[in-house]
Amino acid sequence: MYVNQFLFLGAILFCIGVYGVLARRNGVMILMSVEIMLNAVNINLVAFGAMWHAGDIANMSGQVFALFVIAIAAAEVSVGLAIVLMIYRNRQSIDVSELDLMKG
Amino acid sequence: MLALLVAQNIAFYVIAALMVFGAIRVVTCTNLVHAALWLVLVLSGMAAQYILLAAEFVAVTQVLVYIGAIVVLFLFGIMLTRAGTGLDGGLDNPRPAKITAGVIGVGLLGVLGYALWDGWKDQEFGPIAVQRTAQVSDSIFSTFLIPFWVISVLLLVALIGAIVLVRRD
Amino acid sequence: MIPYLLDKVWVIPALMVVSFATILFFGKRLGTRATSGIGITFVAICFLLSLVVAGQWVDRVNHPPEVPGEATTEVQPTGAEGEAMVAVTAAPGPGSGETASAGTEQAASPAQGAESESVAPVVTSVPWFTWGSIEFDAGTLVDGLTAMMLVTVTLISLLVHIYSTEYLRGDVRYTHYYAFLSLFTASMLFYVVSSNTLQMLVGWELVGLCSFALIGHWWEEKKNSDAALKAFLTNRVGDVGLILGVIITFFAASGFGERPSFGILHLNEYALSPGANTTLLLVGCLCLFAGVTSKSGQFPLHTWLPDAMAGPTPVSALIHAATMVVAGVYLIARLFPAFWTGLAIGSSSMHYVALIGGVTTIIGGALAFVQFDIKKVLAYSTISQLGYMVMALGVGAWTAGVFHLFTHAIFKACLFLGAGSVSHAAHHTFDMRQMGGLRKYMKTTHATFVIATLALVGIFPFAGFWSKDEILAGANAGQESAYTLMLIMGLITAFMTAAYMGRAYWMTFRGEYRGHGTPHESPRVMTGPLVVLAALACVIGFLNFPKSFFGLKLPESATIRFEHYVEPTFAFPPISHASFTPWIAVLSTILGIAGLFVAYAYYARNLGPRGLTSRNRLAHGGYTFLENKYYLDHLYTDVIAGSVKGPLARGSDWFNQHVLDGIVNGTASMFRRLSGVVYRGIDQFVIDGLVDGSGTVSQDSGQFLRRFQTGRVQQYGALLFAGATVLAGVFVFVLR
Repeated sequence: MYVNQFLFLGAILFCIGVYGVLARRNGVMILMSVEIMLNAVNINLVAFGAMWHAGDIANMSGQVFALFVIAIAAAEVSVGLAIVLMIYRNRQSIDVSELDLMKG
Repeated sequence: MLALLVAQNIAFYVIAALMVFGAIRVVTCTNLVHAALWLVLVLSGMAAQYILLAAEFVAVTQVLVYIGAIVVLFLFGIMLTRAGTGLDGGLDNPRPAKITAGVIGVGLLGVLGYALWDGWKDQEFGPIAVQRTAQVSDSIFSTFLIPFWVISVLLLVALIGAIVLVRRD
Repeated sequence: MIPYLLDKVWVIPALMVVSFATILFFGKRLGTRATSGIGITFVAICFLLSLVVAGQWVDRVNHPPEVPGEATTEVQPTGAEGEAMVAVTAAPGPGSGETASAGTEQAASPAQGAESESVAPVVTSVPWFTWGSIEFDAGTLVDGLTAMMLVTVTLISLLVHIYSTEYLRGDVRYTHYYAFLSLFTASMLFYVVSSNTLQMLVGWELVGLCSFALIGHWWEEKKNSDAALKAFLTNRVGDVGLILGVIITFFAASGFGERPSFGILHLNEYALSPGANTTLLLVGCLCLFAGVTSKSGQFPLHTWLPDAMAGPTPVSALIHAATMVVAGVYLIARLFPAFWTGLAIGSSSMHYVALIGGVTTIIGGALAFVQFDIKKVLAYSTISQLGYMVMALGVGAWTAGVFHLFTHAIFKACLFLGAGSVSHAAHHTFDMRQMGGLRKYMKTTHATFVIATLALVGIFPFAGFWSKDEILAGANAGQESAYTLMLIMGLITAFMTAAYMGRAYWMTFRGEYRGHGTPHESPRVMTGPLVVLAALACVIGFLNFPKSFFGLKLPESATIRFEHYVEPTFAFPPISHASFTPWIAVLSTILGIAGLFVAYAYYARNLGPRGLTSRNRLAHGGYTFLENKYYLDHLYTDVIAGSVKGPLARGSDWFNQHVLDGIVNGTASMFRRLSGVVYRGIDQFVIDGLVDGSGTVSQDSGQFLRRFQTGRVQQYGALLFAGATVLAGVFVFVLR
C-alpha cells in the first residue's frame, strides 16, 4: 500500500467536507461536514504515524494525536449543537444564512 | 505476504469508494436524517481504514465515540430543531454559493493533490506492527500526559459550556 | 597792543558762525532775552573787530610795510613826489602766504600815478582741495574795500539786532529769526573777506539762503512764502550766469601766473596783463553780471525785491537795503579789473553794464510812484539806487559807486527802520493811505526820516549829496566822456527820487491821520538805531570831501579820505577820477528840491491835475502799465515758466499714470492672476484634492469592503478557505 492512497482519501474527504460547510444552509449539516473534515485529518495523522514509525511499537504519536482529535471533535459537536439549539430556540429556524446580525 | 497486500489494497479501495460516496451523499442529501445516516457510513468506513493501518484502538474509539455518541447527538439535534415533520425547505444555499463552494473545494483538492503527489509518490509503508492498547495508554500517560490533561479540561469545559448554553432560566 | 588782525580776519565771520550755532542749539532753552543778547553781543564784538581791522588797514596804507630785501622788489624813481613804488609781499602770519608778485604789474600798468603807493592787500590762504595736479586754496583777502564792507555790515547788523528786540517782541519764531540773522551776517562777512571767486560763490549762495529764510519768516501766510520763493528762484536764475562767469574767468586766467587759480588777485592781475583775452573776459563778465542783475536788483531781474518786503522790516533794512543786495555791486567792485578789460570801460564806447545800471535807476524810480505800501516805495528806491551804483561802476567811477554803496546803506537802513517804526506804532500797517499826520505823534521817527530822505534825495550836506554827485560827475567826465546818456538818466532819476520820496513823506507824516490805530512813538530800543543812523547820514558824506569844493581847498589829509583808503592801488586799472563838477552838483540839487516841491504841491496844496489817470486814456494806460510792474511778473510766471511748466507737467503726469502706475498696477494684477491660478490650481485642485481624496478613498473603500461583512458565517468561511487555498497554492507551486 502506498501512503498516498490514504492521503488522497483524506484530501478528498476534506474537500467534500469543505464543500459541505460552504454549501449547506442548515446548521446541523454544517456540523456534520465539519465532522467529515475532522475525520479526514484523522486519517492523515494515522497514515503519517504509520509511515514514520512503522516498525516502532513504542512510538505511536499519530494514533495518540488522532485520539485527541476525536475527543476534541466530540466536545466541539456538543457545544456546537448546544448553540444550534439556542439559535433554534430564539429564532425558530437554524438557517445560517439568516444569521447576519454582524452585518456591516 | 503478497496476497495480504493485495487484499489490503482491495479492501482499501472498496471502503474508500464507499466512504467517498457516503460523504458526497452527506453533503447533497436533502433529508437531514438521511444525511446523518450516510455520515454513519462514512464514519464506519473510517474505522475500517484505521484497522487497515493497524490502529485498532483508534478504530474502536472511532466507532464508540463518533458513531455511538456523536451521530446520536446529531440525531437528537435534528430532532430538537425540526419544526414539524417532513423535509426542511432548502438545505442548500442558492446555486451561486454552491458553485463557489464547489470551485473552492476543487481548487483545494487540486492543490492538496499536487502537493501529495509531488511529495509522497511511491512512498510505501514499511511492515506495520500491530499496536497493543497497553502501548497506546503508555504513550498517552507518559509522553502525552499534558495534552491528555488539557483534553480533559477541554471536555469538562465543553460539558459545562453546553449545559450553561442551553439552560432555561 | 592790538594783534595784527588783517591776516586773522577770518575770526570775524567765525564769531558770527559761533553765534549762529549757539542761538540755534541753545536759544530756545535760554529764552528770548538771552537769544537776542547773544546775537547782539557777538555782532558788537564783530563790529569792534571790524573797526580795528579798518584802523589797521588805514595804518597799513599810511605806513606801507617794506619788503625785506627781496629781488622781486622793483624800485622805480617816479615823478614829483619821488615816492618809491614798493611791491610788498604778504604780511607775516601763519599759513602760506600768496606772494603778490607785483614786479610785473608795475611794468604792465602804465601811468599808475606818481603819488599812488601800491599797497597790496593782505591775503592768507590754506589749501582747500586738489583737482588733478592743481591745488586750490581758500583764504581771506583784506584791503580797503573789505574793511569798509566789514564795518558797514557789522554796524547795520548790530543796529538791526537791537531794533529787532522790540520789533519782533512776542514773535512765534524769535530764536529762529536771530539765528538766521547771525547766519546771514556770518555769510555776508565770509563773502566780503573771500580771496577767491569760489568762496565768493559760497558766500553768495549762503546769503541767498538766509534771505529766503528771513523773507519767509512768517510763512503761515502764503504770500510770504511765495515772496521768499520768488526771491530765491529769481536769484537762482542769475546764479546760473554767476557760476558760468566764475568758470569762464577761471579758464581765461588759467594760463597766467604759476598755476591756475580762482583767486581774485590772480584774476585781476591777469586782466591787467597785456596778454589778457578781452573777448573771454567780456563773456565772463557778462555772465557774472547776470548774477549781479538778479542779486542787486537790476532790470530785468529786479522783480523779487518789492515782494521781498513781505519779510520783517529789520530784515528788509539789513538785507534788502544795506548788505545783501549790494553783494552784486561788491562783486563788480572786487573784480573791477576784469570788467575794465572785458567791457572796455576805459574806452569811449558805452557798454551793457552802464546801460543796465542807468535803465534800472529810471525803472525803479518810475515804479515807486504807484505804490501805496511804504516799504515797496523804499524797495523801488533801493532798486533805483542800486542802478546808480552799477552805473557808477559801469562808467568807471569806482570810488563813486562804492562810496554810494556805503552812504546808501546808512540812510536806506534808516529809512526802512523808520518805516518799521511807523508801522509798529500805527496799527501794524504799511499802507500809506492809512497813515498821515504822524509828525505830531512820532517826533524822533519823523526827524530821522526827514534826515534820511534828504540824504537820499541828495541835498547838501547830507551823505547822498556827496555820493550821488560823484556818480554824476563820473558819468559826465566818464572815461573820455562816453557816458552822457548815463548822466541824463542819473539826473532824471534824481528828480524822480525826490518826487516819490516827497510823496511818501507827505502821505505818511503830514496831513491828518487816516488810520485806525493810536499812533505813538516807538520805544527807545527802536528809535535809538534810527538816531544813530541819521547822525551818521549827516556826517559820513564828508569822508570823501572833494579836493576842491567850490573853490574851498582843504588840506590834503582831510580830502578824499574814503577814496584814499578804500580804492585799491594794487592790481587796479588806471581809472580817471572826475573832480568835483560844480554845475552838476548845483543842477542835481535843484532837481532834488524841485522834486520835493512838486510832491509838496501835489499832496500838501492839492495843486496839479487830479484824477488824470481816470480821465486820460494814455495816462490811464501808463498808470496801469506801471501798476502791473511792466507786466514783467506776468511774463516770467505765465509765459516763460508756464510754457515750460505745462508740457513738463503733462508729460510727467502721463509718465506717472501710464508708466509708473502701469507698472504698479500691472504688477498687482499679474500677481492677482497668479494667486488666482495658485489658489484654483494648486490649493483647490491639488492639495484639497489630496485631502478630500484621501477621505473619499477611505470612505469608498470602506463602503466597498463593507460588502464583505455580510454577517454570514458561510461567506466568511468561503473566503477563508479560498484564501487558504491560494496561500497553499503559493507555497506549493511558487515557493518550492
